[in-house]
Amino acid sequence: MTTTTATPRGFGYRHPRLRLAGLLSAPMAWLVVVYLGSLAALFLTAFWTVDDFTGQLVKTFTMKNFQQVFTNSAYLGSMLRTVSIALLVTLFCLVLALPLAFFMARVANPKWRPLLVALVLTPLWASYLVKVYAWRAMLQPETGVLAWFLDPLGLSSPGYGYVGIVVTLTYLWLPYMILPIYAGLTRLPDSMLDASSDLGAKGGRTFRSVVMPIIFPSIVAGSIFTFSLSLGAYITAQIVGGQVTMLGNIVPTPYVTNLPFAAAVATIPVVIVLLYLAAVRRSGALDNL
Amino acid sequence: MTLSRGTRIVLTAFALVAFGFIYVPLGVILINSFSTDKSLTWPPSGFTTEWWGKAADNEGVREALLTSIWVASLATLVALVLGTLLAFALGRYQFFGRESLSLLVILPIALPGIVTGIALNNVFTSFLGGLTIYTLIIGHATFCIVVVYNNAIARVRRMGGSVEEASADLGANGWRTFVFITFPLMRSALIAGAILAFGLSFDEIIVTTFTAGPGVTTLPIWIYQNLFRPNQAPIVNVVAAALVLVSILPIYIAQKFSNADERGGGLI
Repeated sequence: MTTTTATPRGFGYRHPRLRLAGLLSAPMAWLVVVYLGSLAALFLTAFWTVDDFTGQLVKTFTMKNFQQVFTNSAYLGSMLRTVSIALLVTLFCLVLALPLAFFMARVANPKWRPLLVALVLTPLWASYLVKVYAWRAMLQPETGVLAWFLDPLGLSSPGYGYVGIVVTLTYLWLPYMILPIYAGLTRLPDSMLDASSDLGAKGGRTFRSVVMPIIFPSIVAGSIFTFSLSLGAYITAQIVGGQVTMLGNIVPTPYVTNLPFAAAVATIPVVIVLLYLAAVRRSGALDNL
Repeated sequence: MTLSRGTRIVLTAFALVAFGFIYVPLGVILINSFSTDKSLTWPPSGFTTEWWGKAADNEGVREALLTSIWVASLATLVALVLGTLLAFALGRYQFFGRESLSLLVILPIALPGIVTGIALNNVFTSFLGGLTIYTLIIGHATFCIVVVYNNAIARVRRMGGSVEEASADLGANGWRTFVFITFPLMRSALIAGAILAFGLSFDEIIVTTFTAGPGVTTLPIWIYQNLFRPNQAPIVNVVAAALVLVSILPIYIAQKFSNADERGGGLI
């Protein structure tokens, strides 16, 4: 969406630059100095080390921390596992969100739409921790809700572990995928679908050639959240992961004594996410957030 | 596209199952809070309201609740000011770096909380001399700005500049225009943004664990600390259930104030 070019009258309207500076200075100070500054300091710290004997920071450039993450098989395992979990969660969110968003935007009676959106939004605002805790009760081996439901069917509850983490994270981030896709689908004009079927396309073809290109930026927007937030989900792994660790779980342990190493571990998801953001920026997906 | 009857039925059935997936865990939390069992056991063996009373009398819970409210209020206030300023700047002006800034504002919630948490922790302990309740508020305000901004900028764009120009043409000065024209038009969007920011801060756990000073216990931190203590399970269940109920309320109030279509169906 483009901005309005009309300059508001009032204070400083003859000096729009001055007015802009007034509006921008406080948020810029906060976001650029405090937030970006902290991130920059974090990345700088990632290349420092801590002296093993004195516990003091050694401020000389080294790749040691990153080497440690990439050569220690336990850390490398956690990292690859984390990326695989994030990819699976994104995939499952997409598979669940597409039909549900399609139902909300195209099948359900339009007068129910605001209610359906509210139903999807509400759990998003429930506490992250409470939702993970809810899945602890769901996944609990033998006495959990899933065990109670699945045992009579001859199946067993996945319990705490890799599957538990994937299910819980899919649950947590699902609304982030549903809502942009739903928004994309409601913007899709009926005439386009009619034109497609008039030209002889069947449902599947229309979906592939008309619907998908239009909602693709929405899917990308949703996947930014499902993928990125999964990368840092160490509390979820603590609560429903059993013995399974994720990238974030490496951080809190050495964190107090070895900040440079923690910084290096925290840098890895940022690099992955920033590469992803840079790639999708041009698709226009960021306007859909 | 005319969907066949079969497709419609399949999609509707799928939607029912999906909404079940979304709501069953929340329902389980609510039901467990009335369970007589002292551990997470399903199905509950009996019904009692005993634990709700005990949770209400629990001093740790009450203090944590007050801390959470205080932190969320201040974080919301900061976010409200900064988010609104930013919305006017980005919504009304074209300038170099505008796109980057609109990306920067979403970064605190798009990046994993652990990154923001460690980054702020690093700076606070190195430059501000340690963690307090105020470093926690700074941390929360940082990721709350985006929700206020998103609600405000949608309204700024829709409002345009013409009403303010009309006000100025009629002789009102900048302050008068703000009080009588701009603010009343912005009000409902700001209320919606503030409610959502408050909810976001009230529930947050990851940035909180990295930026809260020693002894600063918010409600989520209280749950986190007591989660693995077996004898605390019933009270944790009650606090969790209370948080679910509290989160449902704001979203309905926010819905009243903000128009989802106006925000282009954006989610935050």
